[in-house]
Amino acid sequence: MSSHYEAPIRRPLIVGNKSYHDITVEVAAPVEGKANKLWWTVFTIALLAFLWGVGSIMYTIGTGIGVWGLNKTVGWAWDITNFVWWVGIGHAGTLISAVLLLFRQKWRMGINRSAEAMTIFSVVQAGLFPVIHMGRVWNAHFVLPIPNQFGTLWTNFNSPLLWDVFAISTYLSVSLVFWWTGLLPDFAMLRDRAVKPFQKKIYSLLSFGWTGRAKDWQRFEEVSLVLAGLATPLVLSVHTIVSFDFATSVIPGWHTTIFPPYFVAGAVFSGFAMVNTLLIIMRKVSNLEAYITKQHIELMNIVIMITGSIVGCAYITELFIAWYSGVEYEQYAFLNRATGPYWWAYLLMMSCNVFSPQFMWSKKLRQSITFSFIISIVVNIGMWFERFVIIVTSLHRDYLPSSWTMFSPTFVDIGIYVGTIGFFFVLFLLYARTFPVIAQAEVKSILKASGESYKLFRDAGGKNPAPAKIVKSVKPTKEIIKNTSEQKNVLLGSLGAFDKATQTADDLKLISGVGPKLEGILNNIGIYSFDQVSKMTDKEYDLLDSLLDSFKGRAKRDDWAGQAKNLKK
Amino acid sequence: MSSKVIQAMYNDDDVLMDAVKEVRAAKHHIEEIYTPFPVHGLDKAMGLKGTRIAITAFMYGCVGFSFAIWMMNYMMIEQWPQDIGGKPSFSFFLNMPSFVPIMFELTVFFAAHLMVITFYMRSRLWPFKKAENPDPRTTDDMFVMEVLVEGNVASLVSFLENTGTVEIKVTEK
Repeated sequence: MSSHYEAPIRRPLIVGNKSYHDITVEVAAPVEGKANKLWWTVFTIALLAFLWGVGSIMYTIGTGIGVWGLNKTVGWAWDITNFVWWVGIGHAGTLISAVLLLFRQKWRMGINRSAEAMTIFSVVQAGLFPVIHMGRVWNAHFVLPIPNQFGTLWTNFNSPLLWDVFAISTYLSVSLVFWWTGLLPDFAMLRDRAVKPFQKKIYSLLSFGWTGRAKDWQRFEEVSLVLAGLATPLVLSVHTIVSFDFATSVIPGWHTTIFPPYFVAGAVFSGFAMVNTLLIIMRKVSNLEAYITKQHIELMNIVIMITGSIVGCAYITELFIAWYSGVEYEQYAFLNRATGPYWWAYLLMMSCNVFSPQFMWSKKLRQSITFSFIISIVVNIGMWFERFVIIVTSLHRDYLPSSWTMFSPTFVDIGIYVGTIGFFFVLFLLYARTFPVIAQAEVKSILKASGESYKLFRDAGGKNPAPAKIVKSVKPTKEIIKNTSEQKNVLLGSLGAFDKATQTADDLKLISGVGPKLEGILNNIGIYSFDQVSKMTDKEYDLLDSLLDSFKGRAKRDDWAGQAKNLKK
Repeated sequence: MSSKVIQAMYNDDDVLMDAVKEVRAAKHHIEEIYTPFPVHGLDKAMGLKGTRIAITAFMYGCVGFSFAIWMMNYMMIEQWPQDIGGKPSFSFFLNMPSFVPIMFELTVFFAAHLMVITFYMRSRLWPFKKAENPDPRTTDDMFVMEVLVEGNVASLVSFLENTGTVEIKVTEK
């Protein structure tokens, strides 16, 4: 069908000879199988880190914020650094599922499910920080404009911290329903495959009774498209609002108009890096290399390269404007970053964010999975330091030299950060074992356009074949025919010999159960025609089985003789 | 009144599309089609009307936008017009730039969530809903077309058999 036409220049997004059913089986496999030792080990480590974090949070709330390394001058440090870092990481998921959907990028389909999961889990981590960094957590509900007994005392809508509340909660909830709606057909697939009653019940509950009617799909696609259209401005606005926490202040080094787009670019940059880190491991562990291909990783590397360059441009712009402004405070802020007591953090941020993505210009490097993995981690380290540098170096030295100070974190600061990393991985590891990690319904819809076997078939001049009709690539037969020429002769004696010179060979593959490999074996024995096969009886079946290593009993089970008789006519 | 439907099962979306066109051309009534993934153009081939769910989203967005303006105008300008850091609380428009982020977020929030709820209600999807697909394979790799029987069953079955179906079932509904 012409709808499946795709330019031959495009590389396949689904590697190997897959059918719709293969996709189902391979996506369901990690969910239906049992967790291995490695999973339990990693899960335990993550859980311990999480518990340590819970302890640190309890200690903070019970004792007071004073257990952190903050001081009178530096009132925001690790808490908000981690908050912005996690929010930034969360942005890639929406970018992949929404922006790439609007641009009709088919490669998003292999990765969008996990990228969105990553979004949700990292926004959950981010959401912890605005709450636990409050001095009085128990009054956190005061940020909501709820009618109350204080003459109805409202919130102040001028504050970016209140905008944050609206932005983050909208972002989390919209991402969640976007993700969940996309999951319905995949949960339905798991539900219909489930054998154990408990699993059946759970996936029936999760799939909301999805049935896959034509009308449902029509609405489903429209809803996805509109949600993508809404999520795209949302993702831009959320990090913009987060950047307003700094940009709307009067602090030199914070008060800049470049922050909104620059933070968003940084968010995409670090988010894609995190997706790369996770997917490089996941494709290996969950055996999904056919769907998350090298090309996916390369394309993500290209996004990292582009956004990394945008971030680099922003750094240079900031430096230029600081020099150009003629404001001593602004100039000193940047001088302090580069040469002050936190020069090492600035250097780390510059080298990780500006230089490391530039390696991706090399095709060899960006196609290397090991290299991509290393860079993806380097980028996230760099982006953590970017937030740290912006926050701490602008605060610790500003207008009044008498308030200049330093900042160093305590074990509680570090504990909470490690705890959120642990929590993130606890959630992600649980997700990887219970959710369909690839949007199988979407992947199936691009199989015919972008599947490798279909592309090869089209390139060879064929029309789109039905899934069953795909010719498996014929590999040279390696099946060792046992050296029992005697049995062979007995077999051929009762079936009749085939003379290549006078007769034409039949296409034995037409017998159901005979593939290219078996045909080769049969030919090796000397069986070429339907006439020969049709003469087979139990005795010949047994003889044939004794000649074959595998495929034993298949000939009889599939009634080759009967089939051949029909084909002979 | 009991009516019979024929469930014709296909194993390929292209075969299904051709079959839909043939069945429509022969003036048989397609009750429903169940597919494991969105088959592009199927709704057009079946003659389904377009969905209006995007229009509802737009209206919900307008509601959210109006709600945000009303809320902030009431709280910040009408009820407690205080001076917070020199911000001009004299009228909504004087301090409008500060309200833009929340106006935006609430528009998106209302549009997205109410549209999704509308979708779940219209398509009858909720947590304890029982699935209604006729065969568990329709979420895997099979496509089922249900055709209403009006008249001779045998002739319709033989007609459908020629459209490339792999399995046919006649059921009472």
